[in-house]
Amino acid sequence: MTKDLIVPAAEGLYCPQGKFHIDPWRPAALAVITHGHSDHARWGSGAYLCHEDCAPILRRRLGDVRIETLRYGESRQIGEVRLSLHPAGHVIGSAQVRIERRDEVWVASGDYKLEADGISAPFEPVRCDAFITESTFGLPIYRWRPQAEVMGDINSWWAENARAGRASVMQAYGLGKAQRLLRHLDAKIGPIVCHGAIEPLNQIHRDLGIALPPTLNVGALDKAGLSRCFALAPPHAVQSGWIRRFGNHSEAFASGWMRLRGNRRRRGVDQGFALSDHADWPGLLQAIAATGAARIFVTHGSGEALSRYLRERGYDARPMATEYGDEALEGEAEPNIEADTDGA
Amino acid sequence: MKTFATLYRRIDAATSTQHKRQALIDYLRLAVGDPEQYASAAWTVYFLAGGKPRQMISTKLLRQLVLEATDLPEWLLDECYHSVGDLAETMALLLPPPTRVEDAPLDVWMNERLLPLRERDDAARLAALRDWLDAMPSDDRLPFFKLVTGELRIGVSKLQMTQAIAQATELDAKLVAQRMMGYTQANRAPQAQDFVALVAPAEAGEDGRPLRGQPYPFFLAHPLQAPLSAFPELLGPVDDWLVEWKFDGIRAQFIHRAGEWWLWSRGEELVSDSFPELAALVDFLPDDIVLDGELIVIAPRSDARSAMDDLSDLRPFSELQQRLGRKVLTPKMLRDRPVALIAYDLLEKDGYDLREKPQRERRALLEDVVSRAHSSAMQVGADLPLRLSPALTQPDWESFARQREEARARGAEGMMLKAMGAPYGVGRQKSGANLWWKWKLDPMSVDAVLIYAARGHGRRSGVYSDYTFAVWSGPPEQTDRTLLPFAKAYSGLSDEEMRKVDATIRRTTIENFGPVRSVRPTMVFELGFEGIGSSNRHKSGIAVRFPRMLRWRQDKPVEDADTIEALRALLPGGGA
Ligand SMILES: [Zn+2]
Ligand SMILES: [Zn+2]
Repeated sequence: MTKDLIVPAAEGLYCPQGKFHIDPWRPAALAVITHGHSDHARWGSGAYLCHEDCAPILRRRLGDVRIETLRYGESRQIGEVRLSLHPAGHVIGSAQVRIERRDEVWVASGDYKLEADGISAPFEPVRCDAFITESTFGLPIYRWRPQAEVMGDINSWWAENARAGRASVMQAYGLGKAQRLLRHLDAKIGPIVCHGAIEPLNQIHRDLGIALPPTLNVGALDKAGLSRCFALAPPHAVQSGWIRRFGNHSEAFASGWMRLRGNRRRRGVDQGFALSDHADWPGLLQAIAATGAARIFVTHGSGEALSRYLRERGYDARPMATEYGDEALEGEAEPNIEADTDGA
Repeated sequence: MKTFATLYRRIDAATSTQHKRQALIDYLRLAVGDPEQYASAAWTVYFLAGGKPRQMISTKLLRQLVLEATDLPEWLLDECYHSVGDLAETMALLLPPPTRVEDAPLDVWMNERLLPLRERDDAARLAALRDWLDAMPSDDRLPFFKLVTGELRIGVSKLQMTQAIAQATELDAKLVAQRMMGYTQANRAPQAQDFVALVAPAEAGEDGRPLRGQPYPFFLAHPLQAPLSAFPELLGPVDDWLVEWKFDGIRAQFIHRAGEWWLWSRGEELVSDSFPELAALVDFLPDDIVLDGELIVIAPRSDARSAMDDLSDLRPFSELQQRLGRKVLTPKMLRDRPVALIAYDLLEKDGYDLREKPQRERRALLEDVVSRAHSSAMQVGADLPLRLSPALTQPDWESFARQREEARARGAEGMMLKAMGAPYGVGRQKSGANLWWKWKLDPMSVDAVLIYAARGHGRRSGVYSDYTFAVWSGPPEQTDRTLLPFAKAYSGLSDEEMRKVDATIRRTTIENFGPVRSVRPTMVFELGFEGIGSSNRHKSGIAVRFPRMLRWRQDKPVEDADTIEALRALLPGGGA
């Protein structure tokens, strides 16, 4: 009889045969980290193991902690299991965790998306027996338009504002979404300003060889520059004095949650762009099918709905309770949350 | 559809009334300058100003369409709906993208496609919808679904529409308001010439006078919330004011012109057919006359005829409600729940618009008209369903305040204060000395327990914001007492409070029934309401009007919430 390779524990997902945790929300001895968002990479564990591109983010967030790294596909024996990391396409250095013991394979997805974003290594399906999937957007109402289309809309919005002489202030999570926007902005339209909470994460990306357009501090622009600029800020900054420096401006928010009208209205922004670093409904189903797994555990978000849907299609699927951020209102409920929670 | 959908999205995305108005004005300017758009503009104005055709397609049919097109199980559609909070939006989000694009102007959509669907059977409707939706850009589907389900609430008031038309055409707003009267009546199909009539330059002599059965815009009152001590400074001496009861009925305009009569409700719906007994007025009122007043159910008649200012037989609003919305009025209903019009203003006499005359003069003419009608009715032994709203007199505001306490016992909600020297205005005027004031009684209130919660819609979608409240069936010493639901409310909390309540609901959920959760009774709210009556709809046997949360009583344990007795004591007649 084989025993489960990943089980829920008080600290987080746990591999008993390897004695390590995956993205624990409480301190653990060894924490395998799927990616650098603050709800997945938490403080206090004895040692951390992550992808090499995730390490600089962990260092910046957690300070001087013990970090070991792996490249994608590189494997390591830990206790009775063999562990390797595989691209999740969520943010830079994000990984699915593959665990193998004898002929049994389990994969914990972390957060993932299928569309290539031009920054993170594109998602690769990994064959397994049991798949632990996220489901932040696990309802069929979530269906993303191609990145090129959404970025086209964002650039038009910016150009239109610039023509009208007002700044374009975009709220976005600081890790992942911000750099994805930067990477695909049409820098010919005007200058680009980044909030102080985002700039260090840009630098990490540049250091890893990701080409991003030049970004300025808000103080570096005169009035004429400000009236044409695109400004990126984490959601909490718009409530601070920072935003007042732009004078006449239009506000937008880039997040998968912006697909729903109610969320757009609650945020009170002029524009909501549904641009997400998570898989949409078709993406989730496609990814799950591609693993070939018969057993599916669903974390985050709409675990119940996705599990039931999968069960009706013959999977052995059930929700697995986690403490990752997944509520639609999280950004509002905790306005002082760190800049880059969950990156929805 | 595209032009309409684009305007819809622009208004919907507007974060200020200023932006909203600008979107309307921009649209109207283009439409006025382009005769090809008149027919579709006629519909656009109709919908945005609140017009509603009968539902064209049932929600059930649309659900069926979406289930077929998406191949989703029904429970998942419901799950999506609960998450989105709006069925039209849910369906727009779920449908697969179009395979081709083909569009028509709004009037063609309405006149040639949607309205004729009513005559077809479900199979034909489904086939037509499938075909249209397959050619409709995803972005246009939300406004489309809103339109066909008759739920196009987008936060444009009739007044805003009136002002936007006035601004776009540089016409006088009062003139436009007059032209807009009745424009949004249910089941109307506005045509190009109706739009032209709205926006055409003022004709010589056109002074905003209504035609045939058209009513005048209602003059609306403002709530008076100042403390009594501020009245002398705010209002001046009592002699400058006409003070009347504020009746708890339906505001209505009775029009008698050229031998015909019309009755319009405040919502600008023609309701003559719902109140046939008012036809009797025509025999005793002079021609070319317009009365403003309140429709109210009176006690079934005995032999005795009522004096013109008798208020002893007024019945509560709940009885009037039973007459509204009935397709067929049975003779029994007419016998058991007769209505009368309590007149309080005279807007037109002998065909002359009296609205610019001061209240004092209009009141004198009104008294004359009503008393003449009553005496001619008396001569033939007829009981006229017409009363005169009594002018109340007191030496000072304190005395009025004391008298106001009797309002509830008389079936009134408080008092109306109208400046004696003021003309009859248009709509809800913003400021000035000539306002009408409604000086309502403080709402009744009880401390009630939250027992069910449902997710809200629109701005509150996704949040548990709609609550059902209950009171105890007996006093604390009664060990087997239960909680009896009696009211639903969703307004009155700040966003901050709503979030906290939402979190508590999620923590204390006992059971999920679709979008509704039953919760462990832990939260007490002071619930205010403005009327109360008996009802079979709730287990408590009581229904309240306009319930809203006044306060979250976090200081109050559930055991100390009110009992059904406290509610019964508030019933007219003290719950005897
Ligand atoms: Zn996550
Ligand atoms: Zn994440």
